[in-house]
Amino acid sequence: MAKFSRGKGRGTPKISTASLPDIIFILLFFFMVVTVMKDSELKVEVNYPYATELQKLEKKSLVSYIYIGVPAQRFRKKYGSAPRIQLNDSFKEVKDLKLFLEQEKSKLREAERGLMTASIRADKDVTMGIVTDVKTELRKIGQLKVNYSSKPRTDDL
Amino acid sequence: MKRFDNQINAGSMADIAFLLLIFFLVTTTIDVDKGITVKLPPWDDEQILQPVPPRNVFSVKVNSNNELLVRKEPIPISRLKEHTIEFILNPNQRGDMPNSPKKAVVSLQNDRETNYETYIEVYNELKAAYNQIWEEEALKRYGKTYENLKREEKKSIRKDIPLIISEADPTDFALK
Repeated sequence: MAKFSRGKGRGTPKISTASLPDIIFILLFFFMVVTVMKDSELKVEVNYPYATELQKLEKKSLVSYIYIGVPAQRFRKKYGSAPRIQLNDSFKEVKDLKLFLEQEKSKLREAERGLMTASIRADKDVTMGIVTDVKTELRKIGQLKVNYSSKPRTDDL
Repeated sequence: MKRFDNQINAGSMADIAFLLLIFFLVTTTIDVDKGITVKLPPWDDEQILQPVPPRNVFSVKVNSNNELLVRKEPIPISRLKEHTIEFILNPNQRGDMPNSPKKAVVSLQNDRETNYETYIEVYNELKAAYNQIWEEEALKRYGKTYENLKREEKKSIRKDIPLIISEADPTDFALK
């Protein structure tokens, strides 16, 4: 007579780890959605200024970043400590802005090209000289939508 | 007889997912993209200067020591907002201020040595002044906050109280 053997499988049952990958995947997707890929390594030091009247930049793909700041410590020997402009991954001059924006624009669809925003990410301690040069160049190129990156400020002036 | 176990071992799946997760944690940043959005005026080689009567101009000058001169009067940056609001709305109908908010023009000039932080603060205060005026106008006209208005309603407010910030070429005292 067939008899089901009991008793053998007793003891503490193993916890099923089959759902663990799912949990981790959910975490992964969460991070993929919430975060942004580091588009370039920062070679200049940028501490954003503080402001209250902030607007959020909606579409990441429509934004081109212009970093302005003092070269990071490891580049000081070569590039000095005067504020410089960084586009993509390298130090650039004001005149390189045109080509850079042209390239950024060519990545977009035709309908979206007019919506491109230039995000000026300048250090709060740079002087207006270099920022003005960038602004003037942007005006000459015709990139008029500009955003000054800043962090939210909560206390009064 | 040897039997094959057809189940794929899912135990290592978690490890793979963990690796992916760690990769994303390292390569990404959570920085919110926020800032002050500005529309620059188009460049004109021969700049046409439209004469604006002085009563309509709210001139803000920032020097290389980050000090403010508002309508030829030095004021601290913390009082810039109230000055701007008073100028635009002109509640006392003063003769040296515009008789309608439509005509008000903010003229901002800085030095090449002005700190960027100060510039942003000044710009922020000017924008804050306008935002507050729009907010009050929205409540008065439609009984809603500005943010909840429809597009046309926002437009009509902005048409009556336009934000005009004209930026003059910066001074350069460092070289001269």
